[in-house]
Amino acid sequence: MSVELDVFVGNTTIMDEEVYQLWLDGHTVNDAVKVRMEGGVMDECEASKDVLLSDTMDQYRTFQMCERLLHSPAKLANQLLFQIPPHRQIMLIERCSRDALIQLTHLFQRSHNSLFLYLFVKPPPLCYVSSHGNLFFVSLSLFRYYAFDDTFVREVLGKKLSKGTKKDLDDISAKTNVTLKSCRRQFDNFKRVFKVVEELKGPLVENIRQHFLLSDKLARDYAAIVFFANNRFETGKRKLQYLSFQDFAFCAGQLISNWTVGAVDNMVEDMDVDLDKEFLQELKELKILITDKDLLDQHKSLVCTALRGKTKVFIEMENNFKNLSRGLINIAAKLTNTKDVRDFFIDLVEKFIEPCRSDRWTAADMKLYLTHYTNSAHILDTFKHQVVWDRYMGVVKSCIFKMYHD
Amino acid sequence: MPGKLKAKIVAGRHLPVMDRASDLTDAFVEVKFGNTTFKTDVCPKSLNPQWNSEWFKFEVDDEDLQDEPLQITVLDHDTYSANDAIGKVYIDIDPLLYSEAASVISGWFPIYDTIHGIRGEINVIVKVELFNDLNRFRQSSCGVKFFCTTCIPQCYRATLVHGFVEELVVNEDPEYQWIDRIRTPRASNEARQRLISLMSGELQRKIGLKVLEMGGNAVVGYLQCFDLEGESGLVVRAIGTACTLDKLSSGSAPNTNTHMHPNTAPASNACNSPSKDGKEPVFVEDLPSSSGPPTPFRALPTSSSPPPFSPSKPCSRQSSSSDTDLSLTPKTEEPHSVRCRPGIFLCPSSPILSTDTLSLPGSGSVGCGRGSNPRATTSAPLSSIQSDSALLRKSVSFTEDLLLAASGMGSGGSAGKEAGPLRTLLRQQTQTALEQRGASSSGLLLNAREFPFFTLTSFPPGFLLHVGGVVSARSVKLLDRIHNPALGNTRSYKLLDWNSVTADEPETRDAWWEEIRQEIKSHARALGCHAVVGYSESTSICEEVCILSASGTAAILNPRYMREGCLDIGCTDHRFEEPSPPNCGFCHIPYDELNMPFPAQLTYCYHCRRQKVPDVLFTTIDLPSEAAVAGKGCLIQARLCRLKKKAQGEANATAISNLLPFMEYELHTQLMNKLKLRSMNALFGLHIQISVGENMLLGLASATGVYLTALPAPGGIQIAGKTPGDLSSEHISSIQKRINDTIAVNKELYQINPPELAEEGVGSPIPEPRHRSRLFRSHSESSDELSELDLSHGKKDAFVLEIDDTDAVEDIHSLLIDAPPPTGFYSCNTENMPGISNWTSGVQMFTSVRVLRLSNANLTNQGLNKIFTDLCENLLKSFYFKLRSMIPCCLCHLNFTVAVPEEELIQVTVTAVAMTYDKEQTQEKTAEKPVNKGSLEAEEQLQFPLELCADSSSSNIQTASKISGVGESTNISPRVSSLERCSPLQEGRSRSLRSSRSFGGSSVTVVKMTPLSFLSGTRIIKYLGIINMFFIRETTSLREEGGVSGFLHSFIAEVFAMVRAHVAALGGNAVVSYSMKECVFMENPNKNQAQCLINVSGDAVICISETDQESSASTANTGQTGGGGTDGAT
Repeated sequence: MSVELDVFVGNTTIMDEEVYQLWLDGHTVNDAVKVRMEGGVMDECEASKDVLLSDTMDQYRTFQMCERLLHSPAKLANQLLFQIPPHRQIMLIERCSRDALIQLTHLFQRSHNSLFLYLFVKPPPLCYVSSHGNLFFVSLSLFRYYAFDDTFVREVLGKKLSKGTKKDLDDISAKTNVTLKSCRRQFDNFKRVFKVVEELKGPLVENIRQHFLLSDKLARDYAAIVFFANNRFETGKRKLQYLSFQDFAFCAGQLISNWTVGAVDNMVEDMDVDLDKEFLQELKELKILITDKDLLDQHKSLVCTALRGKTKVFIEMENNFKNLSRGLINIAAKLTNTKDVRDFFIDLVEKFIEPCRSDRWTAADMKLYLTHYTNSAHILDTFKHQVVWDRYMGVVKSCIFKMYHD
Repeated sequence: MPGKLKAKIVAGRHLPVMDRASDLTDAFVEVKFGNTTFKTDVCPKSLNPQWNSEWFKFEVDDEDLQDEPLQITVLDHDTYSANDAIGKVYIDIDPLLYSEAASVISGWFPIYDTIHGIRGEINVIVKVELFNDLNRFRQSSCGVKFFCTTCIPQCYRATLVHGFVEELVVNEDPEYQWIDRIRTPRASNEARQRLISLMSGELQRKIGLKVLEMGGNAVVGYLQCFDLEGESGLVVRAIGTACTLDKLSSGSAPNTNTHMHPNTAPASNACNSPSKDGKEPVFVEDLPSSSGPPTPFRALPTSSSPPPFSPSKPCSRQSSSSDTDLSLTPKTEEPHSVRCRPGIFLCPSSPILSTDTLSLPGSGSVGCGRGSNPRATTSAPLSSIQSDSALLRKSVSFTEDLLLAASGMGSGGSAGKEAGPLRTLLRQQTQTALEQRGASSSGLLLNAREFPFFTLTSFPPGFLLHVGGVVSARSVKLLDRIHNPALGNTRSYKLLDWNSVTADEPETRDAWWEEIRQEIKSHARALGCHAVVGYSESTSICEEVCILSASGTAAILNPRYMREGCLDIGCTDHRFEEPSPPNCGFCHIPYDELNMPFPAQLTYCYHCRRQKVPDVLFTTIDLPSEAAVAGKGCLIQARLCRLKKKAQGEANATAISNLLPFMEYELHTQLMNKLKLRSMNALFGLHIQISVGENMLLGLASATGVYLTALPAPGGIQIAGKTPGDLSSEHISSIQKRINDTIAVNKELYQINPPELAEEGVGSPIPEPRHRSRLFRSHSESSDELSELDLSHGKKDAFVLEIDDTDAVEDIHSLLIDAPPPTGFYSCNTENMPGISNWTSGVQMFTSVRVLRLSNANLTNQGLNKIFTDLCENLLKSFYFKLRSMIPCCLCHLNFTVAVPEEELIQVTVTAVAMTYDKEQTQEKTAEKPVNKGSLEAEEQLQFPLELCADSSSSNIQTASKISGVGESTNISPRVSSLERCSPLQEGRSRSLRSSRSFGGSSVTVVKMTPLSFLSGTRIIKYLGIINMFFIRETTSLREEGGVSGFLHSFIAEVFAMVRAHVAALGGNAVVSYSMKECVFMENPNKNQAQCLINVSGDAVICISETDQESSASTANTGQTGGGGTDGAT
């Protein structure tokens, strides 16, 4: 005697948040039942294990049916298959993170006893209306569905989003303690987003946000992932291990908004996942700062004058100036090579961050030094490439600030 | 040319990719009605095509408008090969044919394919221009409103209830035609869907004609069913109650509809014209061949009381002259006050002749041809022994009248001891048989046309005078066809010679049902009742054996509401001269105390002390709203499995026939025991389903138990060994203790604290103060009081259970197995939960299907029973768990359907609704206060100032608020306009982003569904028409779709989505009286295949929140910044 078939379908879709999370985390039905049993849900309604199993299976099926829609969230705004009850919305609102709430510009109006929701995604002004907050639910579950584990993404960051990488997911899963299923979902999400935005023009973050209805924060993270994957930045070296995904995401944001084609002219037809080739070419001009002996000395004296007495590590700064300056300028000059672009972060660490760290600079020292280093270049009268310099140093400065920690 | 149908194809969205190379689709649409087809242009390379087609116009007969659906097929254009179908949409245009319903159908419809399910959506606008057809011989019945609701719909008033209407149409099942061997499964499924849609339309039209003949303008309690008889064909049949309904102006009297009084009805409204264009109602009298009331014998009262009708009026009615006009019907009502209470049966002085000389104008057409032969006068076979009737070849007929005695069986304390249950049963049977024989010998043959049946289950106050008890009839028939393997499993064996059978098919089916109805009618008469209410019919088919069942509640109705002649009102009885109080009157026995049709224990009514009541009351109707009840009700189920030997043909039918009475008896005993165990004394909404499989019979009886204060308190259950010392007395006493404990627990659980009765002399007619019944509500539950009560049921006549063997012990154990629902839950299978009325707005309708495979072939009856009981109990437990977030809540209208789809498979399908209620107010049932306080507060916390920035959105808000708002202007134009603004998009690299933007504006209307006739917290302001949809889904990749569960889960979800989309397109926001009539699931896991058929129906409505005033005020406050708020407030 066995249950051959067992389904429960409500006119309004019942979704259990806890089970949703278990599903996202890639637990099997049996594991999920175990977790729920330990969570004490059985006491709630005199439920037995069979009841719990049946419920969990139903929920899993529902999520699987939802998944198809979650892959192309634009459809979710007017999908007809699921109807989500308002009290679920309330539950979800109460329990979702504050961050998500702030990110979403959602407004409610209760009209005729039913809940209406207005979600604005700008720019351009775009309004999703969904009675009962249908879309709102969807947005929240999207956060969940498109949410990822930082530890996992750290592992695949900068890797090609290809079948080859996907094959290595079991290793990553073992390493990061994220279930393989969840790894696959996250990886597929990256791939899906990548594939879609690849073909779109316009600002990257905005595209992701609109197409996948994600929060600003999450969209930025995805933009970083896409950007890293596209440019294949090396992040896996041992020397870079101390950096978190959020560090890289910040840097990616800097690069995207300053070094891509879209940074100069967002009306341009080109994508902004690629770096601005012209700019990279221009960076070669900066070499004059280290090749011209006069200029180098002049620069050093300007910086040293400004720093004198303001830091404990002044001596080290003075001694290291030429080395550090050469490091940074050489990185800039090499960026025309794709290979060297990939090594951008490792170079920053090796050529700049590590020497400073061995001299025990504090973060404030670093800030001080880089500010003066950048600004002093403007006073050099023979140095003509101020614009390129600023564009380069602006990003490098903030990246190094972010990366200069233990 | 009485009608012009116009359709416009606007756009599509989310289409599937049909061209792998480009990942796009070149879609176009075929619009077909009848034999005319139009096509749109091909919209190349788009998954979101904008066709914006011209208006396609079909000029058709209104007959076709009623029968045919509008067929919309979306295809992918292919230059080199045949065009691929993406999917179809069938739109039933019936709702557009009556004036008060929808004026336009417009919206997004899911494109449905029988293999792939929903594949994108299409936006369609449909309109109908209907011209007058004054031809009295017309075949159409446009304008007759249909309601699935089994009560008088909200916002209507019933001026007249005409009575029973029924019809059936028969066709061959496309799946069993020879052509099915060569065509694709998709073509076969589509042929079937289309055929059933056509047949439903035809059936509805024919019923409508009958209603018009009767002078009505609506059918309430419309129940349509399919019999998939396999090779012997496909039967679509329907029953309903013809009424004349008046629309209440929604503004003035929103809630008085349930308290209507016929005498206040304006006479001019009585025969409301069914169509807006001043189309004259087709009256019986206007027709040359009248099927009018053949009731010359009706008004021959023998009692001293004044006759209910003056004799002249029936005469004038009969004369079919021109003076019988609109005003006639109301006139007959006027003079009658409450005092008339006619209602006797078997009155020899009123000989009733069978006049079966009816030839309907529509009866000539295929499938429902009714001869005027007197076959109906052959009365039904009377007992199981007398199984043959000469007219029906190869049919074994079994009838049993066990439940006739429903109200009597409970008193079996003495009967059980003396004669044993079986002898009681036999005695009852012979008794009924005798009475019937007596009846027929005295020439009391009823008119076969006039069945005084009502499919309604709840009635306006004053309508229902007395209730006799449940009457039911079953009959086992052989579908006279050659052997045919289980339906759907294989597609072989389909070469059939159709010519030989189809000719007389409808006659046979008609005759079968007529036989059953006759029997029901005679049972009702035996109970002293002239009408059957809460009437329903069903079938169970397994291969060539078919069980036809009908059941209802014998009752005496107030003739004021009736069309004359629809009841056999012979004479008034002196017993009913005095008006009985409304809250107990329906319990009073309608039958003669001295000449009872079955042994019953009668006592004087505990309420009025004037008339006799039975000790228990079983009914198929809902609890009358005015009934006095103690505590809460609860779902009571009796479940039973009986093994049967596999057999063929007649032997099989005989075997089933022989098993049936035992099953009925056992189900009845179980019900009775469980009722006593809960300390209740009445069952409402009783529904007994007996399902036949190859090697077993399944019986499931569901009802809602309740404690009626008018009836005596139920005695306890006493356990007795057959012979003393047979089983250890210790054992017996321990069981006895458990039973007593359970009763005590249940009393507390269901808050049954009936008023204490000071006097023990039950027979003494002491009139009780009426307000006495209210006292119990303020009672606190102290423990010593409880123990007192506990003792009291020991004193009363206890129901004795005998333990004579181990089986009996098992039975008693199984009695105690039923777990009460967890705290915060109640359950019932009726429209209203006895004891709970303060519903809040939380509503969750659900469908659940569970199929169990019995692996063990050597199961005993006991083992099977256990499995079946566990299956039902576990289902309930699952529901409680899933719906725990709604606590406190009540599962209402729990409708269980059992089936044996294959050998060793048991399928249980449940549809129900969970509704939240306000716990505080239940305990002290004070005056109705505005409800749903809690949920309102919760929602109010979420109010933010409204702000609008996009113009596209505002139109949607308008739509949304209009739909949920006051529905006087339910135009869907804003939605359309926003769509029309969308220009065709350039496809290119930016395709996906753009498309997502273009969709941003459209929204999805929330459509609530409920199997009940009302939606808590809302008021229905408009009925938009009946929803009756039939879908087939088939898969050849079962594993890939997540196995059988995944397959069915998505199919049911899709069906819901399609129902919602159709309702939204009609401009509605809810479905009431929703039911899933059919859910036939077949699988073949070895071939990775499965197929499922689902039939759903309901009434599409617009409802508005009862707290509308309040909420619109608050929206005005919160929505200062934008236009949406003011829209909402209008």
